[in-house]
Amino acid sequence: MQEFLAKYMPPIASAHGADLDRLNAWVHVLMLVLFVFWAAYFVFVLWRFSAKNHPKADHHGMKSHWSTYGEGAIVVAEAVLLLVFSIPLWGKWTSKPAPETNPLEIHLMAEQFAWNIHYPGPDGIFGRRKAELISSSNPVGLDPNDPAGKDDIVMINQLHVEKDRPVIVHISSKDVIHSFFLPVMRVKQDAIPGMDVPVHFTPIKTNDGATWEIACAQLCGLSHYRMRGQLFVDTHDEFVKWMKSQAPAQPGS
Amino acid sequence: MSAEAHGHMEIPFTVHARPDTGLYNGKLGVWLFLASEVMLFGALFSSLILIRTGSTTPWPEGWKELHVYPAMINTFVLIASSVFVIMAWANLRLRKPKVARMWIAATLLCGFAFMGIKGYEYSLSFAHHHFPKTNNFFAIYFTMTGLHGLHVLGGMVVFAYFLTKGWSMHEHEYQRFTNRIEIVGLYWHFVDLVWIFLFPTLYLL
Amino acid sequence: MAQKRQVRVGSQWMYARDAEKALSEALRVMKEEEGHHESFITKYVFSQDHKWIGVQYGVTALCFLLFGFFLMIMMRLQLGWPGEPFWVIKMFFHGDGKLLPEQYNQLGAMHGTIMVFLAIVPLAVGAFGNYVVPLQIGAPDMAFPKLNMASYWCYLPGGLVMLASMFLLQTKGGAAQSGWTSYPPLSDIASQGQTWWLVGMIFLITSSLLGSVNFIVTIIQLRAKGMTWDRLPFFVWAQFVTSFLLLLAFPPLEAAGVLQLMDRVAGTSFFLPSGLVVSGEVLKNAGGGNPLLWQHLFWFLAHPEVYVLILPAMGIVAEIIANNTRKSLWGYRSMVGASIFLGFMSFIVWAHHMFMTGMGQALSAFFQTTTMIISIPSVIILSALFITLWGGSIRFNVPMLFALAFLPMFGIGGLTGLPLGLATTDIHLHDTYYVIGHFHYVVAPGTIFAMFAGIYYWFPKVTGRMLNEKLGKLHFWSSFVFINGIFMPMFYQGLAGVSRRLYDGGIQYAHAKEAASATNPFMSACAVGLFLSQLPFIYNFFTSIKWGERVGANPWQANTLEWVATTSPPLGHGNFTTVPVVYRGPYDYSLPGSADDYLPQTTPEPGTVAAPVIAPAPVVA
Ligand code: HEA
Ligand code: HEA
Ligand code: CUA
Ligand SMILES: [Cu+2]
Repeated sequence: MQEFLAKYMPPIASAHGADLDRLNAWVHVLMLVLFVFWAAYFVFVLWRFSAKNHPKADHHGMKSHWSTYGEGAIVVAEAVLLLVFSIPLWGKWTSKPAPETNPLEIHLMAEQFAWNIHYPGPDGIFGRRKAELISSSNPVGLDPNDPAGKDDIVMINQLHVEKDRPVIVHISSKDVIHSFFLPVMRVKQDAIPGMDVPVHFTPIKTNDGATWEIACAQLCGLSHYRMRGQLFVDTHDEFVKWMKSQAPAQPGS
Repeated sequence: MSAEAHGHMEIPFTVHARPDTGLYNGKLGVWLFLASEVMLFGALFSSLILIRTGSTTPWPEGWKELHVYPAMINTFVLIASSVFVIMAWANLRLRKPKVARMWIAATLLCGFAFMGIKGYEYSLSFAHHHFPKTNNFFAIYFTMTGLHGLHVLGGMVVFAYFLTKGWSMHEHEYQRFTNRIEIVGLYWHFVDLVWIFLFPTLYLL
Repeated sequence: MAQKRQVRVGSQWMYARDAEKALSEALRVMKEEEGHHESFITKYVFSQDHKWIGVQYGVTALCFLLFGFFLMIMMRLQLGWPGEPFWVIKMFFHGDGKLLPEQYNQLGAMHGTIMVFLAIVPLAVGAFGNYVVPLQIGAPDMAFPKLNMASYWCYLPGGLVMLASMFLLQTKGGAAQSGWTSYPPLSDIASQGQTWWLVGMIFLITSSLLGSVNFIVTIIQLRAKGMTWDRLPFFVWAQFVTSFLLLLAFPPLEAAGVLQLMDRVAGTSFFLPSGLVVSGEVLKNAGGGNPLLWQHLFWFLAHPEVYVLILPAMGIVAEIIANNTRKSLWGYRSMVGASIFLGFMSFIVWAHHMFMTGMGQALSAFFQTTTMIISIPSVIILSALFITLWGGSIRFNVPMLFALAFLPMFGIGGLTGLPLGLATTDIHLHDTYYVIGHFHYVVAPGTIFAMFAGIYYWFPKVTGRMLNEKLGKLHFWSSFVFINGIFMPMFYQGLAGVSRRLYDGGIQYAHAKEAASATNPFMSACAVGLFLSQLPFIYNFFTSIKWGERVGANPWQANTLEWVATTSPPLGHGNFTTVPVVYRGPYDYSLPGSADDYLPQTTPEPGTVAAPVIAPAPVVA
């Protein structure tokens, strides 16, 4: 099933993606079993008990109670999918990676209709941001008086991450609700103004020239349909090189 | 004739209770309506809690921002009116429609008093430049008390109707009229109850 | 001296003059009565008769259904062939025939709103519920006829406000365009149309509240003698549970609507957090609000609402299946129990629409679990309906074809709800076409087919004439093929990650381009095909009212009480020539030992004596 579904799905490029897809495949197996069983039954019954083939109906119909066992089986199957797979996976999805894995932290601030991506720069500390300071030259509102912000990097619609290094993206929005969707990473998180929600994932493949995108999954206005960003998964060396080549955002200077 | 007869079967249990449920239609109806009202105000109270607990700035203290005394008087006015409407119903049951009518009028008067005091209170707030848009405290305050005020107004319209045009019903359909007062009374108690929740949550906490 | 002549009136002799006086007095009284009950306005416009109100609801809702579909045709044309001009679009928007993004968003929001609140619910509850429920329980009318009238007269203005916002506001930013879900802050800062949407919704909510109180009281209080709870047709049970959902779930949306209205009109910030920057400008509102509050209130309604869309459909399908298999419903009691359980559970699953809002482990575990639990009663109901077919003698008439098709179509829709209900699989599928596919399978080939089944089934009761069988079959088969052609590819699109609400169907996105361009033209062509498939139905509907084959009171040889009433019962309170008394359950089909294969609920047990028939009081005393 998983291979079957994979034919229709984007490639998986994150560590947790395979787990999600496996669960998805198992749910679809359950669905398929139910569907095929009932469909076969349905076709048979429509033929066997049509007025032509069965002129006199039987008031009570089926006497056996196998359907109760069938329903019991569905309950068990759903319980397994839920308790064994889905809930534990969600636990992993919402708990941050351990600090010793040296995660890359990024702030992402969505706006109509762009993704502003804020890297802490070489010092690893994010500069302070203020809503009043937001302008076209300072898209995230970096505070020029904060020394920690001097080396910060702000990208628009370009998200660079490193292969095999966990990424934590703190997601927020300036205006309306957007949804940060990385199809290849099996990541989706609403970007909600007033909230800062971290999501994390570990890229396990570089994009090697393929176009991987950040899609917006939540209706956010006129240009929702073309609110895209690009996702680059670099090797460690490439990433370092890229980081060096970026001029700091230097607000107000 | 039979086609005519066909068209005119009376709706049962409009006045007298159905034996197995023990209720007449209107009474069941008003209980259901009140259940939906509980959900309406319940949702607003939940919103209040969510907004208040999620507030990033300190939540204003009601007793400093609002006017507790007029509101307290209003609480008593409403409680009194709830008693009055029971008196009206009780007197109808005792077959004293004239006395009942007085109590209905008293209830209506309480309604006027409540709205008057409420209006005075609003005007004090406005004078302090406190408007719904000032902050979320005033936003929820005006929304909830405003919606409650609309409910009071609705009740007043009904009482006014019973004092005037609707009064004549007691002459030929006494029981039905008594039921009507019972129903509007239930509604009125509910409106009172909402205020009894609103008062401490908004003004005292 | 003609006046002095004596004439005989009845058994009495009287002077001709007195007789004339008496006669004119009698005529006057009758006229007055008639005038009171029969003037055109009170009979057909402000009617208080549940049957006519049902018809009013039905016709209005069908018009909205067609209109909602028409809006979708424009959207599907754009999705199939993005940026191409089409004359229908030009006709509607007076542009160059190319749809603009803001127009697409308006159409989407209005399609969703119209379909859910103005088409399906009024059809399923307002029309079928109103017409059929009082008849099926043997009541003379609804408990509160005036409220019933008021309910329709709140629905219609609500609908007209929505329509007006589409037609009047085109130069002022257009109708609501933040989706049928109207998430703030987008909806808070949207153009004027959103305010109209909110006002329209408040009308619609009021309408459903009035209706639901009326239904519940009617079902509890006005059941005929002998109509005990376990003799209620399943359809009545379905409407009963539905009414509770409407009664209790709508008020929170009303509260939310009031709060959003305050945000938009009075400048409050219930849903606006501090520090919003919209197109480079800091918003002047006080801030401090919470956008998720809206979502909680909205889904607290909107999840129960989806069961409002499906329960009456299940009720209709159950009636038709029992009737056309000529046997009893299998597991009636467990179906009733499952519906009630479904009703309760539907209040505690709402946040499965919000898994991606940053939900922690505890909440998500709770809502996933309740969502899995709520799938079980649907499985029970569907299984019972499937098993009912076993041992039947199935008649494949048009209502039955639609009812049968409902089963697998609802099945597909329901099954695809499962991967959405597990939070982890929902990560990839949320807000993609997979969701669109999921719910359209339940509401379109599901509920709409059940509605069609109901129309074909009860049409002879309302009009005294049958719908044409051949045209009906044409309608069924073509609709069945095309509707699957539209919705099946959506699952593929969803798996590929094509987001919903995309003006161009996703061709801007690298990951979605292929899936979108491979399937969208085909789906859109099917949508046009589906539209054409409705023409035989519309033709059939209007011609059969006048020229359809005439039938008697019980053309389907059915058991439930509506078929005991005369054909197209005359308007006015009172539905039966004699007060019905119920002696048996609704599904005594093919009972062993009985000569007929059906026994109406008014048939006494053999050996017992029927209660004396009570004639209703005559009109003119
Ligand atoms: C009538 C309407 C209806 C019904 C009945 C359902 C039923 C269900 N829905 Fe659906 N749903 C919607 C209407 C409906 N839904 C709508 C409108 C939305 C989107 C709103 C929006 O965002 O705009 C939505 C969205 C939606 C979501 C949110 C998705 C997202 O946004 O990410 C979820 C998640 O849990 C969900 C789950 C379910 C589940 C578990 C059921 C279960 O109740 C289903 C149970 C049924 C079964 C399990 C079927 C059993 C079948 C068999 C046993 C036999 C099969 C046999 C054959 C096929 C032959 N639904
Ligand atoms: C009950 C609800 C309902 C129903 C029935 C439908 C029916 C249909 N829907 Fe709808 N749809 C929604 C509710 C519904 N939809 C919602 C809530 C959304 C989300 C909106 C949002 O994003 O906010 C949506 C979104 C939506 C989209 C996604 C748009 C997007 O995300 O950008 C699409 C795309 O194809 C679509 C298609 C269709 C089609 C082809 C039908 C067809 O099945 C229609 C079939 C209709 C008929 C067959 C009509 C027959 C009528 C008659 C025959 C009348 C006869 C009249 C007389 C006799 C008087 N719908
Ligand atoms: Cu941003 Cu959609
Ligand atoms: Cu739901």
